[in-house]
Amino acid sequence: MTLLRIEGLTKRFGGLVAINKLDFDIPAGTITAIIGPNGAGKTTLFNVIGGAMRPDEGRVTLDDKDITGWRAHNVAREGISRTFQTTALFEELPTWVNLVIGYRMRTRSGILDGVFHTPRSVRERKDTSQRVLETLAFTGLGDYADKPAGSIPQEAQKRLAIGVALIGRPKLVLLDEPTGGVGLGETDEIISLIEKIRDSGVTACVIEHKMRMIMHLADHIVALNFGVKIADGNPQAVCENPGVIEAYLGECIA
Amino acid sequence: MSFFLSQVIIGIQLGSQYVMVALGLTLIFGILDISHFAHGHLYMVGAYLLYVVMVLGGINYWLALIICMAALAVAGVAVERVVYRPLRGKPGINSFIAAIGLILVLESLVGGIQPNTLSVPQPIDSTVHFLGTTMEVQRLIVIFGAIFFIVLLQLFIKRTRLGTAIEAMSQDREGASMVGINVNRMSALTFALATALAAAAAVMMAPLAFLSPGMGSTLILKAFVIVVIGGLGSMKGAIFGGYILGILEALAIAYVSSAYKDVFAFGILIVILAIRPTGLFKGREAT
Amino acid sequence: MKKYAKIGLYLLVLAAAIALPLLLNMSRKGKNHISILTLGMVWAIAALSLNLILGYTGQASLAHGAFMGIGAYCFAILFERVGINFWLAVPITCLVTALIGFLVGLPSLRTKGPYFAIFTLCFNVIVLVVFFNWTWLSGGVQGQAITLPSYLSQRWVRYYVVLFFLILVMLIERQIVKSLAGPSLIAVRSNENLAEAVGIRTFREKLIAFTASCFLVGLAGVFFAMEQQHLSPEATSYLASFYILIYLLIGGVATLGGPVVGAVGLYWLLSRFEKSLGDFRYLIFGLILIFVIIYFPMGVVGGIKKLWEWAKERWGGKEVPSDTLAYRGPDEEVRGVSSD
Repeated sequence: MTLLRIEGLTKRFGGLVAINKLDFDIPAGTITAIIGPNGAGKTTLFNVIGGAMRPDEGRVTLDDKDITGWRAHNVAREGISRTFQTTALFEELPTWVNLVIGYRMRTRSGILDGVFHTPRSVRERKDTSQRVLETLAFTGLGDYADKPAGSIPQEAQKRLAIGVALIGRPKLVLLDEPTGGVGLGETDEIISLIEKIRDSGVTACVIEHKMRMIMHLADHIVALNFGVKIADGNPQAVCENPGVIEAYLGECIA
Repeated sequence: MSFFLSQVIIGIQLGSQYVMVALGLTLIFGILDISHFAHGHLYMVGAYLLYVVMVLGGINYWLALIICMAALAVAGVAVERVVYRPLRGKPGINSFIAAIGLILVLESLVGGIQPNTLSVPQPIDSTVHFLGTTMEVQRLIVIFGAIFFIVLLQLFIKRTRLGTAIEAMSQDREGASMVGINVNRMSALTFALATALAAAAAVMMAPLAFLSPGMGSTLILKAFVIVVIGGLGSMKGAIFGGYILGILEALAIAYVSSAYKDVFAFGILIVILAIRPTGLFKGREAT
Repeated sequence: MKKYAKIGLYLLVLAAAIALPLLLNMSRKGKNHISILTLGMVWAIAALSLNLILGYTGQASLAHGAFMGIGAYCFAILFERVGINFWLAVPITCLVTALIGFLVGLPSLRTKGPYFAIFTLCFNVIVLVVFFNWTWLSGGVQGQAITLPSYLSQRWVRYYVVLFFLILVMLIERQIVKSLAGPSLIAVRSNENLAEAVGIRTFREKLIAFTASCFLVGLAGVFFAMEQQHLSPEATSYLASFYILIYLLIGGVATLGGPVVGAVGLYWLLSRFEKSLGDFRYLIFGLILIFVIIYFPMGVVGGIKKLWEWAKERWGGKEVPSDTLAYRGPDEEVRGVSSD
């Protein structure tokens, strides 16, 4: 069953075409990897899907709903969360507050609820606390709960960013280089976290460079080069694709 | 028609003052990202220095002009070094607060020493017939003096190495520092140029108005308006915006209402920002 | 332990605040001081209101002086000219100021950083010029007088009234920050792009905060009118906006005590030295301003907090949680969770 459908998606920056008439589907409940050399348009793709940028042409459909050109906060509310290549967090705030913020879109309490201590605010605070605890356990960040997000180790920050993306119960998470800058030993923690995400029913779409990791992790791979799709299928098929091999200079390992 | 023309010329004269102050401000704001709110008060100091040098010191007006420009250039460099440089990299609002502190210092210092309003005599105290209207020579001095300094500045920016460095910084500060442009030196230079320009404007305008410690206040507000509309760091925008504002204001005073003339500039800005939140022309994007 | 120390400190200050007018009321000079403190508290309410948008959504408004003046005049007109009951005019004024704030916020909050500051500053200048020239509204140079009901004719009575509302505003702000609304606002200040990406409607948050902020500064305007008993167009000056900003930043932005300390303290200092130093007090004030913003940008209260945290860490040994946000949600449970 298709969760996300991309049709004819195009984005230009002045004279440069960053993504060019992209077509592919992301099946629900899978881990789909987006691979490609630097400048292939991967992050731009995430920016367009996530609503940080508007596409020039094409369509993005989530669960049969057209979300093309929607603003970022609406896309998030509809069920697509993301992380960023340069880890984006609310750095001076404690880890658990970062998570509270991530869950805010699922709560409706406002200033007046806060001031007058309405039943809704009490209910939602309980709900938020519950979700925060669940997410802390899920991402293994319990030890860092109180610490400012900017002060925890790099790898934990990556997990926190993922946690912030997950806490709002998204249908799809877009992970932009979730192991970027993380040492080889610690990559495993994040890989198992991504598998846990998939197992819990959330669809994951991952941009990654580490080919070995992707081969084992992904159910489905889409390969881009110069903004154009050059391969789309299971890891084995993509690996043997001559265009992919050429783009990566034979680095593919099955 | 002649009345209209005379108002336009007054507008150009008014605009000349705005342009010279706005040019300095756009360089500082655009290149160094400093909310140099005290620029108007340095202008005021320039006018008072003229009084001291010319009226008290008996020095010739034109020599006094040079002295004031040099002295204010030094003052500008000192202000950058002492007040703004420690705040580099900090949120912009901190520089703004520091600027207000500086304003308080300058205004109370000048006002405390000489609270009365002063006036400076015109160096060439006569009128002339110009394009069918009669006006004081001083106004022509302002108009042509401004053009002179603007051209001088443009030549400096386009033809010298230092000037090119400044232009590079106004387009991309990070890139400029990466190719080895010394940020400290450029900051000092920018402030020197901007403050000298403001001093020149003050010296040229002083004989036409009264000097008071608060004379820079409305001026700096309008300069900020011009800079925002014209684009942060855009010299063309500052020039264009300054003259347009001056002319529109003069016409508004003449044909609409003198009481609400100040509202005009600020109303325009609000309308423009409401329509285009990032400003009208392409300057450096405010971070 | 820290929690009780904090409550103890607040109670101590409160006791002093309550006792002070009783002592001061004995002498005529003391009565003057009561007025100064009352006005200081009025500015504190204004600073607290600015804190809501500056400290918590990161937007620097330079129009709060205008809103305060608008609130003052609105109250004066409702009470004095229309004849509405004093205590009914108060909430009406706040709502009117909030409404105007909402209308100003709609176009202005789409702009960022310095552009927003300049937009609001321009608005302030326009308001000032309008009030100066529209004599029917403002009473022009003569201004607008307010005759207070007899029970408010005593300075110490007005002092307690304002003290009550100051505490109320502090509690309201604390509630906002500690509720779920708080993190949304702080997220906007901390990382606006990320806030958008996690589903927070940042424009809406900013607009709500701005409107609430104007509601509160309108309240400050009411008590400004009450204490001064006479308004002139200067009440809407952009200089007031600068002062509110200064009081907030020097006192300590994004704290609850900061705006109060900054406003009451600085205003009192400026008034105290009015006779002895005249205009030169501004010279010293300006120098202090420059010095403080360079070396203590987190303000007095912020600086004390940092010092306290540093001391506790140095001698207490335990890691002290960041207190940027007063929200204490799943506190105890969270500490018990381990990675599993």
